[in-house]
Amino acid sequence: MKNSFFMKNPSLLVFLGLLALFTLGVTLMSEAYGSGLVSTSFVKTLGKTLCLALVAIAMDLVWGYTGILSLGHFAFFGVGGYMIGMWLMYARTEIIVVNSLATSPIPATASEISDAIGSQIFGVVGSSDFPAIWMFADSLTLQLMMVVLVPGLVALVFGWLAFRSRVTGVYLSILTQAMTLALSLYLFQNDSGLRGNNGLSGLQNLPGADNIPQSVMSIWFLWASALALALTYIATSFVVSGKFGSVIRGIRDDEARVRFLGYSVEGYKLFVFVLTAIMAAIGGALYYPQAGIINPAEIAPIASIYLAVWVAIGGRGRIYGAVIGAVVVSLVSTWFTGGQAPNINLGFYEIKWVDWWQVLLGLSFVFVTLFAPKGIGGLVDLFTGRIAPSRKGAPLGPDAGSLREEEAEK
Amino acid sequence: MSQLLEVSGISVSFDGFKAINNLSFSIGHAEMRAIIGPNGAGKTTFMDIVTGKTKPDEGSVLWGDLSRNLIGMNEAKIARIGIGRKFQRPTVFEDQSVFDNLMIAVSNDRSPIGVLFFRPKAKDIAKVHELASTIGLTGELTRKSGELSHGQKQWLEIGMLLAQDPKLLLVDEPAAGMTLGEREHTTDILKEAAKTRAVVVIEHDMEFIRRLECKVTVLHEGSVLAEGSLDHVTKNQGVIDVYLGR
Repeated sequence: MKNSFFMKNPSLLVFLGLLALFTLGVTLMSEAYGSGLVSTSFVKTLGKTLCLALVAIAMDLVWGYTGILSLGHFAFFGVGGYMIGMWLMYARTEIIVVNSLATSPIPATASEISDAIGSQIFGVVGSSDFPAIWMFADSLTLQLMMVVLVPGLVALVFGWLAFRSRVTGVYLSILTQAMTLALSLYLFQNDSGLRGNNGLSGLQNLPGADNIPQSVMSIWFLWASALALALTYIATSFVVSGKFGSVIRGIRDDEARVRFLGYSVEGYKLFVFVLTAIMAAIGGALYYPQAGIINPAEIAPIASIYLAVWVAIGGRGRIYGAVIGAVVVSLVSTWFTGGQAPNINLGFYEIKWVDWWQVLLGLSFVFVTLFAPKGIGGLVDLFTGRIAPSRKGAPLGPDAGSLREEEAEK
Repeated sequence: MSQLLEVSGISVSFDGFKAINNLSFSIGHAEMRAIIGPNGAGKTTFMDIVTGKTKPDEGSVLWGDLSRNLIGMNEAKIARIGIGRKFQRPTVFEDQSVFDNLMIAVSNDRSPIGVLFFRPKAKDIAKVHELASTIGLTGELTRKSGELSHGQKQWLEIGMLLAQDPKLLLVDEPAAGMTLGEREHTTDILKEAAKTRAVVVIEHDMEFIRRLECKVTVLHEGSVLAEGSLDHVTKNQGVIDVYLGR
């Protein structure tokens, strides 16, 4: 059928196939289920990379398709991580405390257990009382709901205030940077209730799953991350392929025209902003149990800028571009910063990649923006025969975020 | 019969410059009207006020049989109650096909959730094809609108306005940059539209206005200088002095 969902999204089936192959391949080479060629720590790196690809898709939806250059989406990713981290830390500490108190001659009361958990978790910031924000931490169901609700609400309030005042372009980017900076500075405080700069740790140990080795756990998380990424890809394809996609691409290129057609531009921006914040949070909730630790430095403003860089390098306005950008940049980054890249000795100076990687990344961002606006994803066009229109350099619309000539399809 | 749009006594100034000065204007339900005037007469500002882009300092803009006040409504809401606007430069979604441009404009549920689960029905597709034939773009439906010629983009934008089923069409310089043949086609589209709805055309070109065969309102320094048939206003001494005499 000509207008079927898959015909409109030719990349979807290819992507799902490659993702399935990748997941299967890693599983068969893992220490838990296969040959052991891939170490457990590298399985975790791969699982985390899938989560980063997920948040990159969210970034592409909000920036590449709707034209809102949000430099704050990594904050939602981090908040998602914090929300799941609270349950992980609480539930695991509870098991440890209950076990240790079980040996005491008099059975411990509920309040004694609660106090002991509190001093275990908050002793590091000189406190033992549970702050109000931990009230749901004992319930996995409630805390999973918080993964979606808290970032969703933050995005709703922030977006409503910003879009209602018609803040656009670079001013909106600055505002989102301010939001993520404020959030991370707040979390750095010891009395924020989330352990200040210590963050939440020990997240790789699932409560009650001490018998399951990390090698197995890492594969389970890889599967969960792959599933979440696949669902995000399908959902995003659905959102951008129909009339909704038409409207948001219209907003990206020329929002005044959309407004005069009777669409509430602010409502659409808010919808996309909240939806992508929730996607980012789900990515974070899967990422941090694999990373094992989350602290406020994770949601520093620079993290959100990286996110935009991934999407730009991968190629914005195409979903697989975001995935390619996130995967390539974060894996290459792991390689360079992990000390695996050989240093280059120039005689008078030795280039240590751990320090120089950031410079290289910055240069490649500038290079891509200036000379290859389609990004790495543009290489796919060599196979599909997609060509850019010839417009003498004119972008596709009057707005700041509109598609550039090279990014468009003839 | 009551008027469709009643603008009375509106004024607006930008940094002390009075762009619109005590302007009154009204138009009926199925009427064509041309607005002419020299640069800076306030023609585009007038459209900005009616469509909600600019708030006037004083005056009222009343709409329809219920005389709803349009001042204070946002642009999207005004568009939804039936005022369509064509910009001076052709503004269509250049990255999207002619079909998608028309489909986005066809009047349907405009809420995000409604649009997210929208699938075009047979009547929507028929409507798009009907509009395409009205504006003469049937052969171009699958092309990206960015590839169209200047004149075709102007028609597409008019087609997008018609797709909204507006009661009032505000058209800013539709013939600018068009060839003679394109102008004639544009006149036909507008005249056809004016049979069932109100159409306001802002235009500089006297020959184009003559072909529209409609009542003319002359603006000067933000207020109405003269109103009547084209022959009537061109004989008006004030009009000759400020506009034609140059």
